[in-house]
Amino acid sequence: MAMLSFEKKYRVRGGNLLGGDLFDFWVGPFYVGFFGVTTIFFATLGTLLIVWGAAMGPTWNLWQISIAPPDLSYGLRMAPLTEGGLWQFITICAIGAFVSWALRQAEIARKLGMGLHVPIAFSFAILAYITLVVIRPILMGGWGHGFPYGIFSHLDWVSNVGYQYLHFHYNPAHMLAITFFFTNALALALHGSLILSMTNPAKGEPVKTGEHENTFFRDLVGYSIGALGIHRLGLFLAINAAFWSAVCIVISGPFWTRGWPEWWNWWLELPFWS
Amino acid sequence: MKILNSKTLALVALLAAVILLGCEAPPPESIQNGYRGLQMQTNYNPKLLRESLAANVPPAPIPPAAEGGPMAKDVYKNVQVLGDLTVNEFNRLMVALTNWVAPEQGCYYCHVSDGGFEEDGIYTKIASRKMLQMTQDTNANWKDHVADTGVTCYTCHRGNPVPEYVWTSDPGPGQPTALAPTGQNIASSTVAYSALPYDPFTPFLLQDNDIRVIGETALPQGNRRSIKQAEWTYGLMMHMSDALGVNCTYCHNSRSFYAWDQSTPQRTTAWYAIRHVRELNNEWVVPLSDVLPESRRGPLGDVYKVYCTTCHQGAYKPLYGAPMVKDYPSLQGPIPEGGLAAAAQAAEDAAGAPEDTQAAPAEDVTEDAAPTEAAVPAEEAAAPAEEATEAEEATEEAAPAEDATASDEQADAEEASAPAPEAAADESAPAATDAQAEAPTEQQPQQYRPQLQYPPPSMMRYPPAPLQYPPAPQTR
Repeated sequence: MAMLSFEKKYRVRGGNLLGGDLFDFWVGPFYVGFFGVTTIFFATLGTLLIVWGAAMGPTWNLWQISIAPPDLSYGLRMAPLTEGGLWQFITICAIGAFVSWALRQAEIARKLGMGLHVPIAFSFAILAYITLVVIRPILMGGWGHGFPYGIFSHLDWVSNVGYQYLHFHYNPAHMLAITFFFTNALALALHGSLILSMTNPAKGEPVKTGEHENTFFRDLVGYSIGALGIHRLGLFLAINAAFWSAVCIVISGPFWTRGWPEWWNWWLELPFWS
Repeated sequence: MKILNSKTLALVALLAAVILLGCEAPPPESIQNGYRGLQMQTNYNPKLLRESLAANVPPAPIPPAAEGGPMAKDVYKNVQVLGDLTVNEFNRLMVALTNWVAPEQGCYYCHVSDGGFEEDGIYTKIASRKMLQMTQDTNANWKDHVADTGVTCYTCHRGNPVPEYVWTSDPGPGQPTALAPTGQNIASSTVAYSALPYDPFTPFLLQDNDIRVIGETALPQGNRRSIKQAEWTYGLMMHMSDALGVNCTYCHNSRSFYAWDQSTPQRTTAWYAIRHVRELNNEWVVPLSDVLPESRRGPLGDVYKVYCTTCHQGAYKPLYGAPMVKDYPSLQGPIPEGGLAAAAQAAEDAAGAPEDTQAAPAEDVTEDAAPTEAAVPAEEAAAPAEEATEAEEATEEAAPAEDATASDEQADAEEASAPAPEAAADESAPAATDAQAEAPTEQQPQQYRPQLQYPPPSMMRYPPAPLQYPPAPQTR
């Protein structure tokens, strides 16, 4: 595969975390590295385990295939493969694949002399996943608290877990997480539409520059955060969205068993008005 | 700009510590109530659960009354409800009742102190007579709700003359004049401190408004019920969850709240419970409005009424399912004519010929309701007579048949047999066949309101895991 003209300067040796020269090569445009190999290994194994579980299950309907965690009665022990053990192995594979991917990102960043912003941002998504299937189940004392791997079944899990605390929208961390997600989406929409507008001018007009971008937003809302600032803001919003998602689920159950509306009684009980 | 200095870290740590102070400590106690991974489960804080278990222990039963002796109606005057008890049974119940309802105030809480005990000159006596009938009616006719666990005065009263948890219609806080009262949007304890309508009881537990708001079609064709109405329904559901110390998934799979075939069996009980509480309020409590004084009324002048918390008090079964009424046969239903001993004797006779009922469960359970019909009168006969263990065994064996039968037919059968439990008891086995013959024609007089029909829950889509809720205090 032919290399792009600027690609050569990216294909430098070194920067690996593990494996030395052994896996320091490219397959076509893709860097491999030790963690590329482990990613492929875990992702393939995990996917095949899901397919195996689907083959043993009652349906091939893509929407309904589900690999469920063990019964709560197994606690934190291993379960038989067909009764949740498969879920446990798939969870290990998923974590292996996600973490490998983050470390591969770190290796690439080191090759390019970049900061580690990308793997750190991604690690918050991994943290949210590990919170759901490892940290919270351990805190609650059973792997059965993890979510099932299925398109519909994981939505049922989300819905039922929410209703276990009567009204999940009263969960303070959930409030924060939702706010960060929505703000993140708004910021991305504003930024994306701005860039598309600037780089796709009317016929005969030149492509616009940062000065236009700033002026547009100063006209619109009286302030422009700037070309660098919007990416910092995006990173902040996205990381916080993932972080507070993890917090909102890890406090539901391990640290609060009642309805979330009741949690706000501390406000009602403040000495100022009670 | 260096944000991550040690002062910031200390501040963050302090903030986290303060937030955690308001929380509970892991691990919680979780009970799985559905297929693995579905997360239909109840979560208990072990500390709060221990407190609740300790607070919901029934008092030890009073030793049974000595057998024989004259009837209360022959000895005492003006005994309207319990006249067919023997004097010993009658006095035992009076002692129990005093302990349950007025342990400090004593007999004279309900009896006129300077008149005879037969005097009706005090409102509490009128009320307690009505409440006795209510208890008997509940235990005899609402087994769909209270099962054989039953209720006694203690289930609600817990040593208080007025049960601790009652409700009256709530006019709400004062509103600024420009705003129409919404009936919601305050943090109300009645709806688990959410902002939902704070008085869902008047429309649903007193009036007969439709609780169901979800349409029955995939697309919004003709369902005019609004989100506002849904909030009232949710208010009631929040109350039920809070009263039982459970959450929505105790009864519902939240992926489809309305679907009976995806709900747990507990939802059936709750469906009956709502109707039962509605009847308690309308048939027994509200009729006392003329009798009860101002101190037993709410701000709108309506009397204290029953809701889920009145009995449940945070437990999924009142007193965690302690079968209290088994020690008080006189509360298990209206006293049969001739007294409990006679009824027990009749039931024993009935148990002498259990062959029919024992053979029943296996055959034709799907189509033919006749075997269960035969079994049901036997159950009725056995109910007042706890000694007739053989008969109870027979009915227990018949129970699967009842479950498996299409429950419309089952309801019919119960409907037919309910009006004449005494007849069934007196005439034993022959009466059972009579009831079977007469059931389809429904010619028997209706002594009680007909049992309710409901869309029977068929098989759950997800096979339920065995329930492991905290056992009754006796078995712990």
